[in-house]
Amino acid sequence: MEKLSHIQGSIVSIPVNDIDTDQIIPARFLKVTDKAGLGKAAFCDWRYLEDGETPNPEFILNNPDYNGASVLVAGDNFGCGSSREHAPWALLGAGFQAVVSTDFADIFRNNALKNGLLPVVVDADTQQQLFSLADEDPSTTVSVDVEAQTLTLPDGRAVRFPLDGFSKYCLLNGVDQLGYLLALDEEVQAFEARNRQRVVTTA
Amino acid sequence: MRDNGKPRTLFEKVWNAHTVREQNDDTPAVLYIDLHLVHEVTSPQAFSMLRERSLAVRRPDQTIGTMDHSTPTTPRNKLGIIPVADAMAAKQLDVFSKNCEDFGIPMYALGDEHQGIVHVIGPEKGLTQPGMTIVCGDSHTSTHGAFGALAFGIGTSEVGHVLATQTLLQNKPQTMAVNVEGRLSDGVTAKDIILAIIAKIGIGGGTGYVFEYRGEAIRSLSMEGRMTVCNMSIEGGARAGMVAPDDTTFEYIQGRKHAPSGVDWDAAVARWRDLPTDDGAEFDQEITIRADELTPMITYGTNPGMGMPVTAAVPKPEDETDVNKKIALDKALTYMDLAPGQQLLGKAIDVVFIGSCTNSRISDLRLAADFVKGRKVADKVRMMVVPGSQQVKQQAESEGLDEVFRQAGAEWREAGCSMCIAMNGDQLQPGQYAVSTSNRNFEGRQGKGGRTFLASPLTAAASAIAGVVTDPRTMMSAQ
Repeated sequence: MEKLSHIQGSIVSIPVNDIDTDQIIPARFLKVTDKAGLGKAAFCDWRYLEDGETPNPEFILNNPDYNGASVLVAGDNFGCGSSREHAPWALLGAGFQAVVSTDFADIFRNNALKNGLLPVVVDADTQQQLFSLADEDPSTTVSVDVEAQTLTLPDGRAVRFPLDGFSKYCLLNGVDQLGYLLALDEEVQAFEARNRQRVVTTA
Repeated sequence: MRDNGKPRTLFEKVWNAHTVREQNDDTPAVLYIDLHLVHEVTSPQAFSMLRERSLAVRRPDQTIGTMDHSTPTTPRNKLGIIPVADAMAAKQLDVFSKNCEDFGIPMYALGDEHQGIVHVIGPEKGLTQPGMTIVCGDSHTSTHGAFGALAFGIGTSEVGHVLATQTLLQNKPQTMAVNVEGRLSDGVTAKDIILAIIAKIGIGGGTGYVFEYRGEAIRSLSMEGRMTVCNMSIEGGARAGMVAPDDTTFEYIQGRKHAPSGVDWDAAVARWRDLPTDDGAEFDQEITIRADELTPMITYGTNPGMGMPVTAAVPKPEDETDVNKKIALDKALTYMDLAPGQQLLGKAIDVVFIGSCTNSRISDLRLAADFVKGRKVADKVRMMVVPGSQQVKQQAESEGLDEVFRQAGAEWREAGCSMCIAMNGDQLQPGQYAVSTSNRNFEGRQGKGGRTFLASPLTAAASAIAGVVTDPRTMMSAQ
């Protein structure tokens, strides 16, 4: 995972509540065996017309004014539904570094943080303000400071967002969690010695 | 099993018993995982990571694989093989076979007599037992909570963590008691309970919580009914849902392939009897619904929280006071091509799907078969029946259910996830309406442009016969 300490980028908004992972990336794209190229499938069924190829001119991500946006502002409860990690892979592939919402589904948030896609939780007023700003001026940029846990709006107002200490450490240092778990091998062995094995699948 | 005299919930007992390292200000808890279920869709990148880092699977003997998501459910050829026409799916299945073989993980391949949906085969094999921690790269892992296990879905990075270390970093969730009091009326099932709960709390209502389903109606359910309820916990936002183990649980497990036997069985049951929530234990949140007030439920919108009694009218956006919810309802009704205030009863449908990890077990198939027996599926309706596993399929065939379905004009398929996730060619065409026993009605979930009404196997079967959305109770009285 790359280090992530600051994000400076323009915003684009999809002001829809409960955007589920089937919308972020439909299941038919999950037949892959790697993570490459999923950006093209992000929001596929909203982004393309029925033929699956022609861009839907109505959909915001097809508006050239918003090309290059790296911060997605979404409705409440973003990322609900399936556990597919293909959802953050697709969003990263589509150029996003952060998603802003009032709350995130648990599995999506975990998956996003493990890939360096930052879930930024803000209050409903800030969310609405960002929707309006994105609408009025596609060049609106925000900045995110991971260390300070702040999202700074164009008017200079800095909004603090929650981020657990461990995820923050991993983002800032570009390390993944597996290294931490692997280092606990002795403790895991001790746990296994103390506790009975519940089932043996190979039996 | 009180800890220093402090009463504890079922969840706390299982959580505490699996904590390798406690949560602190800097790091989440490290949780030991007893059983890891893997399938072809969410595992390939995790195995690639193991290879890149030259890591082994730490406990292949606590891991099991099955093929389910991208597998065809079309009939076997003359050689008894289920052909895979989709080249990408075929490659994914090959990669999965090789991964399981290389890393020493037992696996049920497509067509194997034990293959099936991952959440059907765990309980079926007796692998799912009370008090365990169980994970899988699939959000419906919550199903296994029906046995008093702590079971939840994880992403592919976490699949890699569990493969390599048999542990996971987890922040401790909060607990919510979901009380379902009273008894269900005829024609009302476990599926209706969970659809009613989600309609009440909304699809984000359980975010951050583990549910414990309690109350007379839950105690009265079979294990398969409890699995249906726990299965859809995630549709209310909760990663896990649990039911305290009892005699119903033990009776289901006893004698299954991986169940303890002899003196081990007695010792296991004695331990399991200590698991239920102690009197006086506190939950962070509590809700109650009355089972005797429930009627068959159906969804009308594009998430599982948009549900209502099958006899009700579709809500009107203008009655919604929350502006975001109003927009969401408008958008959903546009996608579903439904009018505000419209009745769903009598709405013509194109497809009925009986299957998925929610409702593809033998009792679900028996319910549906009883209903269609001696009747015919309506002319314009395609009814697909997809058993959850090859074992369920064999059991159903030994009872003659396959013939009942075929004679009614329904398709009897091979086991798998099928039209629930529409990865394998089993899918709706744009604009089609389905009554489906699956768990998600998201836009395009069952095929691009397809429209899903989620309901119980009874409501689905009744609707297949009538050709329109139907309250099963009206046909039961006629029987």
